[in-house]
Amino acid sequence: MSSTTIVSILIAGILTNNMVLSKFLGICPFLGVSKKTKTAFSMSIAVTLVMVISTAVTWPIYTYILYPDYTYLQTIVFILVIAAIVQFIEIVLKRYIKPIYNALGIYLPLITTNCAVLGITMLNITDELDFVKSLFNALGAGLGFMLAMLLFSGVRERLETSDISEFLKGLPVTLIAAAIVSLSFLGFAGIGG
Amino acid sequence: MNSKYISTFTNGLVKENPTLRLVLGTCPTLAVTTAAVNGIGMGVSATLVLICSNLVISLLRNVIPDKVRIPAFITIIAGFVSVVQMLVKAFLPSIDKSLGIFLPLIVVNCIILARAEMFASKNGPLLSVLDGLGMGLGFTAVLTVMGAIREFLGAGSIFSLPVTSEIIDPMIVFLLPPGGFFVFGILVAVSNAAAKKKGKKPVESLGCENCPSRNMCTRVQIGCEDAKEADADE
Repeated sequence: MSSTTIVSILIAGILTNNMVLSKFLGICPFLGVSKKTKTAFSMSIAVTLVMVISTAVTWPIYTYILYPDYTYLQTIVFILVIAAIVQFIEIVLKRYIKPIYNALGIYLPLITTNCAVLGITMLNITDELDFVKSLFNALGAGLGFMLAMLLFSGVRERLETSDISEFLKGLPVTLIAAAIVSLSFLGFAGIGG
Repeated sequence: MNSKYISTFTNGLVKENPTLRLVLGTCPTLAVTTAAVNGIGMGVSATLVLICSNLVISLLRNVIPDKVRIPAFITIIAGFVSVVQMLVKAFLPSIDKSLGIFLPLIVVNCIILARAEMFASKNGPLLSVLDGLGMGLGFTAVLTVMGAIREFLGAGSIFSLPVTSEIIDPMIVFLLPPGGFFVFGILVAVSNAAAKKKGKKPVESLGCENCPSRNMCTRVQIGCEDAKEADADE
């Protein structure tokens, strides 16, 4: 596989096909945990980590066990595998890498029911990517999630102090700000082919 | 007794509308509403899953051990999602195509897990089915309205029937992701204004009180703390 394919997969994941802003996956953490840049960053690191590890596990399961006879079990197997992986990562981090656990541990339980993780593992299958491409696709999606979270947490910190009409206060103005951030991402369309 | 059943059913339609009042299931709300018919497709699929999972979880509520209830709920929900996914694929292939990955992603739709956790695991089967039906229809209604608005503005048609597309050039941006965020923002603002008139609290942010995973993250609750701070600021 050439390095240009990897680069274009990464660029697509981060910019043109951004997980949150163009595929609408992972909106809950995007709106819920983006109030502070620091929490937004830790959450995105945890999501990226879980996405890459989940892809590394679900791709072989689908390709070598479920395909071609049991593909209808995809949904149920994937969600259970992801739930198990999240638990496993939590236990391993808690036992062996305490500092990382202290920084990321609280985000892990939230990730099981995050549609971004299940979404990316399924997209890798529907897009018929091979194993290495799938891993880079997951990495790109995770980094794209991080970029969107960081940009948006910056926007929200500004929103906090600005004077907003009573009608739009709270969630509505957050959504409209997200619309503008997403509009700016439309400008990347076409990059990386 | 009768009024209890009726109020459980109407609760999800208006008072606790899952999309506008509880702000759950935002991903499918934003993603599939590029056309009114997709909104209906998504809404009905989610409603079917919700009714079935609420029924089964309610029947099993005394059997499932408390500690493993979330994985058990997810497994039950995933089973029904697979069934609905196969049905849609077989009978409505065009809907399956336009919903794409969001059909299997009903598994992680917070509405379903939230109703399992907050309602079905505490109430009897009949009430749980009614709750599922009400919540599901509330979800469907909002998705359909939002789909119709985006389709009208973005393609000049409603339910694929041309309305203004012959006269005015449609604003395609409403079919693109920014349009989704924007229309949803306006809808929440309108629903907030209506709620305020009735003396209810408007929705400020994605609060943890409605999040199905909130009991899973007992140690520190990032999102919730943010929400509390926002409340204190008011």
